[in-house]
Amino acid sequence: MIEIQNVHKSFGDLEVVKGVTMNVNKGEVVSIIGGSGSGKSTLLMCINGLETIQRGSIRVDGIEVHAKGTNLDKLRRRIGIVFQQWNAFAHLTVLENVMLAPRLVLKLSRSEAEAVAVKQLKHVGLGDKLKVYPGRLSGGQQQRMAIARALAMSPDYMLFDEATSALDPQLVGEVLDTMRLLAEEGMTMILVTHEIKFAKEVSDRVAFFHKGVIHEIGSPDQVIGNPQKPETVQFLKSVL
Amino acid sequence: MFDFKYRFQWRQVINNLPAMLDGAWITFYTALLSMVIGIVIALTLLSMRRSNNVALRSVAIGWVSVARNTPALLQIYFLYFGLGAFGATISSWAALLAGITFNNAGYLTENFRGGLRAVPETQTRAARSLGMTSFQAYTRVVIPQLLRIVFYPITNQMIWALLMTSLGVVVGLNNDLMGATKALTDLSYRTFEYFAVAAIIYYVLAKLTFGVARLAGWKLFSY
Amino acid sequence: MFSTDLTSNDLIFLVQGAWVTIELTALAMLIGTVFGTLFGFVRASFPTASIPLAFVLDVFRSVPLLIQFVLLNSAKSIVGLKISPFTVGYVVLGVYAAALCTEIVRGGVLAVPKSLRLAARSLGLTSLQDTLHITLPIAARVAFPGWLNLMLAVMKDSALVTWIGIIELLRTAQQINTRINEPLFVFFIAGLFYYVVSWAVSQLGNQAERRLQND
Ligand SMILES: Nc1ncnc2c1ncn2[C@@H]1O[C@H](COP(=O)(O)OP(=O)(O)OP(=O)(O)O)[C@@H](O)[C@H]1O
Ligand SMILES: [Mg+2]
Repeated sequence: MIEIQNVHKSFGDLEVVKGVTMNVNKGEVVSIIGGSGSGKSTLLMCINGLETIQRGSIRVDGIEVHAKGTNLDKLRRRIGIVFQQWNAFAHLTVLENVMLAPRLVLKLSRSEAEAVAVKQLKHVGLGDKLKVYPGRLSGGQQQRMAIARALAMSPDYMLFDEATSALDPQLVGEVLDTMRLLAEEGMTMILVTHEIKFAKEVSDRVAFFHKGVIHEIGSPDQVIGNPQKPETVQFLKSVL
Repeated sequence: MFDFKYRFQWRQVINNLPAMLDGAWITFYTALLSMVIGIVIALTLLSMRRSNNVALRSVAIGWVSVARNTPALLQIYFLYFGLGAFGATISSWAALLAGITFNNAGYLTENFRGGLRAVPETQTRAARSLGMTSFQAYTRVVIPQLLRIVFYPITNQMIWALLMTSLGVVVGLNNDLMGATKALTDLSYRTFEYFAVAAIIYYVLAKLTFGVARLAGWKLFSY
Repeated sequence: MFSTDLTSNDLIFLVQGAWVTIELTALAMLIGTVFGTLFGFVRASFPTASIPLAFVLDVFRSVPLLIQFVLLNSAKSIVGLKISPFTVGYVVLGVYAAALCTEIVRGGVLAVPKSLRLAARSLGLTSLQDTLHITLPIAARVAFPGWLNLMLAVMKDSALVTWIGIIELLRTAQQINTRINEPLFVFFIAGLFYYVVSWAVSQLGNQAERRLQND
């Protein structure tokens, strides 16, 4: 379970997250929608400790992420994250990309890591691209590789930060299919997305972010189907 | 026009070619060693430059600045005579190696710094988000990609290093290509012939290094 | 407390050495810039026909300077040419600078877009006018930072002429050291000269480069 309690985050004088409280239960899929610059990405980074926070607390399975003694490297194994830019390691083949962290972080043997990697790459439909360098893949394929790379760590949580925003429109579908598959398998996920239709379809809950706070949160039918706040209506009108 | 009485004598140079080639080998491996150590130091200086510790950062900046803004020969002198002043005697070979390594490290750090800008910060972030330590992210994700970018400058620096080894003779080194050649001319006074051949050997060494690096580059960085 | 046997005479001696270093650098850069500009234009304009020239220039870049000094020095006595070691020094440095400067100028010329030259010609400028008023000024701006770096490289490399017996800065330092045996201090002073000149000039270069990028 991820418990976010009154989190504040500033870059210098600019306060980006202004008191966010939200819980994500095991097996739940929560989508975060909202305008550009509203602090969605920043919140995701705070959840796995890639960014620090100034106030509040974030707990993952009871572990305080921003406490002094917390071993972040260890914590991050349990939280996979996929970025808008897929960040393929250009010098490694697809298979090696996925094997690297299991070998270095989980200390798996070469054959164990390879087995895990092959399994995850097949899972996302890249079973035939193992020996290829990422430079030869399409954006959609690279993004699916990034998903497999995160899954290879057997995370308990997956965070997606606009995983399809940098893709050509015809490639969005294949990545969404992969994410849908994960949701159906019961993975706990937080999705930051501009794909409102997709969010409505896969999410258990949807949160509308506006100027660093959660403006509205609830079931997809409530927030997307029947929004209460004028800002939410306004936003949905602009993206749909 | 000129009073030209000189008779070139190439035979004895040919006879002494094996000694010069032995010297060439020393030249080559001294340069290579100075590069290997230089690269390791440069990578260290690079991370020192990026650290938050003022002392570490100043050492790195100072090193780079001195290495690039003073003559290599002065750097070698400083090590050779300067360390002697502390009572530590240092062989001319060690002074040469240390001097070139110091110089290489300075220039390479600047090259690496430029190359690092071409490896996006998001690569580190992606690696860290998979649970890698910052050291693992640096050594396994950033550096390998950096090496591809800086491979060409490294090759160039290696060729500079080869040529710089010739400075050893100034502090008395006598078994590298330059030193061995000088030793032979001191015996025979056939300065022009010996050094002309030495020049050719240096040229070939430089071109071979360039060619091998090209091939290695194609093989290593197939992605 | 710090004490030294370095006398004011020694300091004057060092300054004289530094002056020789400056003279060598200036003369070598004069030769290097004139021929480098000429060759650079040739290389950029006739890339295939000038391959032999490129080969020769590459040889000068691929052989240790020290050997080039020795070779010219002994060649001149072989043919009985009466020139001083100082002349040998700046000629060799000059040829070396020309070889490096050629590449810098060539890069500058190639950085001038072809369309710009065509535009100039279509306005009725002659080839010479185009070269003098359009290509040369633009190429010069691109090449300037590289040229400054070359000057610094030549200044530092001029230290090598010490080996053919010219008394320049490094040699004076070494001679003083032989007498007073304070290597750290003496070489520090010599180093300081190189460092300050080199640092100041490269700051100038950085500034020029920045201005170039901002345009
Ligand atoms: N490292 C940083 N330093 C300073 N400001 C930052 C930094 N990262 C983000 N910001 C600022 O914080 C604000 C929120 O950024 P964030 O990326 O979280 O927005 P977002 O909701 O993800 O927007 P988008 O939909 O465009 O991705 C923005 O104004 C951004 O400029
Ligand atoms: Mg974002």
